[in-house]
Amino acid sequence: MDKSIRIQLPLDDKTVRSLKAGDSVLLSGSLYTGRDAAHKRLIELLDKGEKLPIDIDGQVIYYVGPAPAQPGHPVGSAGPTTSYRMDPYTPRLIELGLKGMVGKGKRNQAVIDAMKKHGAVYFGAVGGAAALIAKSITKVEVVAYPDLGAEAIHRFEIKDFPAVVLIDAEGNNMYEIGPALYKKIDV
Amino acid sequence: MIRTIQASQITDAVTDLFLKANRFIGDDVLDSITSAMEVEPSPQGKAVLNQLIQNYEIAKEELMPVCQDTGMAVVFIEIGQDVHIANGGLEEAINEGVRQAYEKGYLRKSVVGDPLFNRTNTKDNTPAIIYPRIVPGDKVHILAVAKGFGSENMSALKMLVPADGIEGVKKFILQTVENAGPNPCPPIVVGVGIGGTFELAALMAKRMTAAPLTRRNKNPEYAALEDELLEKINKLGIGPAGIGGQTTALKVNIASAATHIAGLPVAVNICCHAARHAETTI
Repeated sequence: MDKSIRIQLPLDDKTVRSLKAGDSVLLSGSLYTGRDAAHKRLIELLDKGEKLPIDIDGQVIYYVGPAPAQPGHPVGSAGPTTSYRMDPYTPRLIELGLKGMVGKGKRNQAVIDAMKKHGAVYFGAVGGAAALIAKSITKVEVVAYPDLGAEAIHRFEIKDFPAVVLIDAEGNNMYEIGPALYKKIDV
Repeated sequence: MIRTIQASQITDAVTDLFLKANRFIGDDVLDSITSAMEVEPSPQGKAVLNQLIQNYEIAKEELMPVCQDTGMAVVFIEIGQDVHIANGGLEEAINEGVRQAYEKGYLRKSVVGDPLFNRTNTKDNTPAIIYPRIVPGDKVHILAVAKGFGSENMSALKMLVPADGIEGVKKFILQTVENAGPNPCPPIVVGVGIGGTFELAALMAKRMTAAPLTRRNKNPEYAALEDELLEKINKLGIGPAGIGGQTTALKVNIASAATHIAGLPVAVNICCHAARHAETTI
């Protein structure tokens, strides 16, 4: 990982635009967590014209529902969940200034279009590397929806969180570029 | 002779199995990923495999779950017909074992009580999905499977017809894996059930996700089919974490069963690289 680019969160527009699909990065700073249930509630608030419990302008959301922390640990295992389940909600959040997402798996065209239009980046963490990833999470605080347990919105302080740029702000997609290099048969 | 087994023995065994399955990846998975790393041509793919191995080591040393999705608890239990389970119901004994494991082990509780109208977390990861089978003898065999849903969501079943034949089966399996792409956390384990009825095909596929990666199908035709499918899957280009490479699957395990003259059911149950299962005999 010696070629990794160190990135400070939250993200500014210049940093977002500088990242290219395939870049290995080490993320440090703070981000929010959110998955299915929290996203649903955020969008319901927007539909009612109400204020969100967090200001997401410039922020990054990590799609994760961590395992409970053992005594003495800030968090339990905390790898990414599959991102496409958040696709129906994501363009609205990008319009509001969300600059980055961390997850795993494909995104739909509406998400990619919003990323290109507003300037946002999609990072991938390795699915199933959850205990390793937990090592880079230094502080954890629940900031909204505590009743959702693991699905609550947390703020994570992270240090050198390993990730790859999966889709950049120009729409270049590592899930297309990478497999194309090694694909040898058509189904 | 009837042998008496206490329900509490079942509970204790289930607790131990889910703790073990979630914390310690099997040697078969570790060996398979280690070998794959030597031949993986993609540098980024190789880096992903290396992270997975490091992750398994950390989980083992710190008694952390290898993945935060500690799964829905699936239990295959074979009960000898000469066994009497005393002082408690079997299902409740299993659920109590799940409850204790997920609490003691700091495992995530990922179950909602109702799938549609009231998705409220049951807060103890119950109910378990239980598949009992009555077999000859006086033993109880328990296989505990912690099934994550990133890969479960990428699984598929199709009622093929006899005319689809071997080619149709291959195509459906390959298409299912290709459509899944990066989502189920490759390298994956592909469990396949062919034949039976709608639900038996799915059940066989689930059981095959928890078969050892070193398993060799006893039927040479199915063994050859498993080999061919694995080779083809690893030419799809998906690779570790789906970012390109040749390590897309670690194993294809197929189970088959007698079926109807009109049918050819095929179920593909995908499991992530963290194929977490443990078994014991009481």
